[in-house]
Amino acid sequence: MSTKLNVLEHVMVPDHEIMSEEEVGTLFSTYKITSEHLPKIYHDEPAVKIIGAKVGDVVRTIRTSHTAGIAESYRLVVKRPKK
Amino acid sequence: MPSPKRIGKIEFGLLSPKEFRTMSVRKIIWADTYDDDGFPYPQGLMDLNLGVIDPGLRCKTCDQKASECPGHFGHIELAKPVIHVGYTRMIRKLLRVTCKNCSRLLLSPEEIEKVIGTEDDSTGDVLSEKDIKKERVCPHCGEQQLKINFEKPTTFSEVQVDEGKKIEHKLTPADIRSRLEKIPDEDLRHLGINPDVARPEWTILTVLPVPPVTMRPSIILENGQRSEDDLTHKLVDIIRINQRFKENQDAGAPQLIIEDLWELLQYHVTTYMDNEVAGCPPARHRSGRPLKTLSQRLKGKDGRFRGSLSGKRVNFSARTVISPDPNLSVVQVGIPLAIANEMSIPVHAAPNNIDELKAMARNGPSRPTLNHPCGANYVIRPDKRRLRLAEGNLDTVADMIEPGWTVERHLRDGDIVLFNRQPSLHRMSIMSHRVKVMDGKTFRLNPAVCPPYNADFDGDEMNLHIPQTQEARAEAAILVAVQENILSPRFGGPIIGGIHDHISGVFMLTNQVRWFTREDVLYLLKSTSIEHLPPPAKEVDGVQMWTNKQAFSVILPDGLNMVFKASSCANCDTCIKERCERDAYVQIFNGELITGTIDKKAIGAFDGQIVQRIIRQYGMKRAADFIDDMTKLSIRSIMLDGFSFGIDDEDLSKTEYGQIGEVLDGAVTDVQKRIRIYEDGQLEPMPGRTPEETLEMQIMQVLGKARDRTGEIAGRHLGLGNSAVLMAVSGARGSMLNLTQMAGCVGQQSVRGERIMRGYDDRTLPHFKKGDRGSDAHGFIKHSYKGGLNATEFFFHAIGGREGLVDTAVRTSQSGYLQRRMINALQDLKVAYDGTVRTTGGRIIQFTYGEDGTDPMKSCFGDPVDVKGIVESVLKEEV
Repeated sequence: MSTKLNVLEHVMVPDHEIMSEEEVGTLFSTYKITSEHLPKIYHDEPAVKIIGAKVGDVVRTIRTSHTAGIAESYRLVVKRPKK
Repeated sequence: MPSPKRIGKIEFGLLSPKEFRTMSVRKIIWADTYDDDGFPYPQGLMDLNLGVIDPGLRCKTCDQKASECPGHFGHIELAKPVIHVGYTRMIRKLLRVTCKNCSRLLLSPEEIEKVIGTEDDSTGDVLSEKDIKKERVCPHCGEQQLKINFEKPTTFSEVQVDEGKKIEHKLTPADIRSRLEKIPDEDLRHLGINPDVARPEWTILTVLPVPPVTMRPSIILENGQRSEDDLTHKLVDIIRINQRFKENQDAGAPQLIIEDLWELLQYHVTTYMDNEVAGCPPARHRSGRPLKTLSQRLKGKDGRFRGSLSGKRVNFSARTVISPDPNLSVVQVGIPLAIANEMSIPVHAAPNNIDELKAMARNGPSRPTLNHPCGANYVIRPDKRRLRLAEGNLDTVADMIEPGWTVERHLRDGDIVLFNRQPSLHRMSIMSHRVKVMDGKTFRLNPAVCPPYNADFDGDEMNLHIPQTQEARAEAAILVAVQENILSPRFGGPIIGGIHDHISGVFMLTNQVRWFTREDVLYLLKSTSIEHLPPPAKEVDGVQMWTNKQAFSVILPDGLNMVFKASSCANCDTCIKERCERDAYVQIFNGELITGTIDKKAIGAFDGQIVQRIIRQYGMKRAADFIDDMTKLSIRSIMLDGFSFGIDDEDLSKTEYGQIGEVLDGAVTDVQKRIRIYEDGQLEPMPGRTPEETLEMQIMQVLGKARDRTGEIAGRHLGLGNSAVLMAVSGARGSMLNLTQMAGCVGQQSVRGERIMRGYDDRTLPHFKKGDRGSDAHGFIKHSYKGGLNATEFFFHAIGGREGLVDTAVRTSQSGYLQRRMINALQDLKVAYDGTVRTTGGRIIQFTYGEDGTDPMKSCFGDPVDVKGIVESVLKEEV
């Protein structure tokens, strides 16, 4: 029996969290964009699976940055296309 | 912000023989081009139906003249089908995945479903060669399949295993074509081929299109002979062989001859398409030059895509050799009169400049000397007609000029031009300068702008472009000007600054304390922009004296405060600051150099702390002025004392040679001692290393230390009075290592970081005993360049030197290609007004540029705010 690996606990993996609909709304209006302009992340990425995000959700990634200290990025969960 | 049109899909198909015939205007049967009168043969390769290139003739197809007729295709009916080289991979794949008997896919419907999925739930995959197991039995007709061999360029054969023996059976293009013909449409769809536009049998040619003459024009040589294009030559070959083939076929020639001719036809058609296919000797011209056929026209750097379509040639540009002129400002560029007379700027005539323009027109197309006012080459009327100005019509044309006309005047001093040196690797490779028309035949530039262009004067050439519109000139002046590009976005520091002699000169001027008379100070400062001298620092016997620091301070802006350590700083354990023996502690208070030496750290390109500080505090223009003053002052100061380097500057005295000899002998004995310890098996290996590796490391260390010691001995003897030492200490050029190698000892030569081990069995050269591990047997050079190397040392030096050359050669090509790929990937990204990095489609790449939104050019060596510099300039002390 092995315990399931939680990639989010690894030092190299930045924090991921699902954004609420409200947050996504403000995000879209501040940048004047629609979801198709967001960077993408596949639904079967380990971090996405762990936080339980579904296709269509927007994931906030908070990572440490050399230049800014802490940087946020927002990515739209999409289905991995078949090869 | 969606793009106006999106490309949904692109369809790739093959041309069918039917299409070849429909687009053809003429069947070509004769290999000849022109008859004795120089008239094209009907149905020959230059048939008038294919378009015309000779002026005066009309195209028989479209009845247009040579300049208008676009040309039309013809065709050749091939005696037997041949393979198209470009599709051999596809043919191979199709032969391997289909049955040799019934041409069906070698998979049962269930197996197909496994890969591509069912109709409702398709995986999006297509079948590939790997999905089919080798040499199986056809699931449809039960035929045993054979292995298909493919030999480059165009030979296919079947391998039959008969009683352990392998028999190869060649497949003719006709065989292959008949197999491909039988493949059902449905099977092709599973393979990712759309049979409506690309039936596989069309990859085997039965008809060959003949391109219009317009794309293979013949040229008439000076002696009146016609010289045909390479493509025409190749087509002649094809038609000849095709004709012979047909005749032999009709005469019922033996199979052997037919096969030979078939192969020959295949060779000609192959090289017609691509003359660089592997496994096929290229077709050559009579002179031995390989022919440039269809594929060669498209491929590579000078091909249709990279050479003709993306390659750009421009007007209003000039190119010549560059040479230095330290008397120019960094924002200027010296332009030969001959070029200034040829290049022009259009000026629109208006009531307030019409007299000036009329005068220019009167001056005519050539300005005899620098002192004459500039002239003009053309006058353009409001109806866009150009009138060329020439001797004789100057006054008539000048009198005609009215508002609304345009005069193309010559370049003159102060015009803004773009200056560029290839390779243009960063934005500073193109900067705009102000014109200074000069005598001579080269472009002149201030040596301080060499670093951004990476230029030197060993024969470099540079390009010049003249902006032709007001908008272009405004952009050039505001965005591209030299003073706007002093800071490099690569590292957020100045890339323009003093180099070589500027640094030596300013070091000699400011090091320690010196006193100058009025005469000397005026000599130093007369070419700078300053207007008055500061009051003298002292007066001895009625003679006014100024310090060297005062002389430098006059070019600094008032109110500048800085504290930093110079390049010559030895990084002592405890800094004694202003009491520094080497005068390396620089203090500038209120625009006055108090202590310290100005050198590379203060004014050099890439470092330039003072330049950096001036830009922050006083702006780009002031910094450019400072660089101008500084270069001029330092050139004067280096000329005041004179500066040279010769072979005797590397001379040491007997004592030093004795000491160096002792150090080296000591090191050699030390090495021998360690070798003995190792050979006795007494050597204690270092953790994680074998005894051999440990010994090698120890030897390298001992010898390295010995070389450094010789350098110290030499450096101590030579001192700052020596030009090489001065250049090394000030950071102008070279290092103490270079000096060590010249005067002390060249040291250990290495290949891949190790002593030289290669050569003969157990030894590097026959001069040494086998198994000798001593220092001189493995590339330690104990002589100096001055003293001269002995034969073995010279050889080892060549080995070590070669490695360095190979490394740089490999590195430049690799990093060049790396950068090309990166630029191709990133070229369309831009920072939007909200600070996001977006593609042209508005898709976001980064939510804040660089995650902190900092413009690296406006940063201080990467930091958004130069906290240290600001605090230091307020506190007036180092923090």
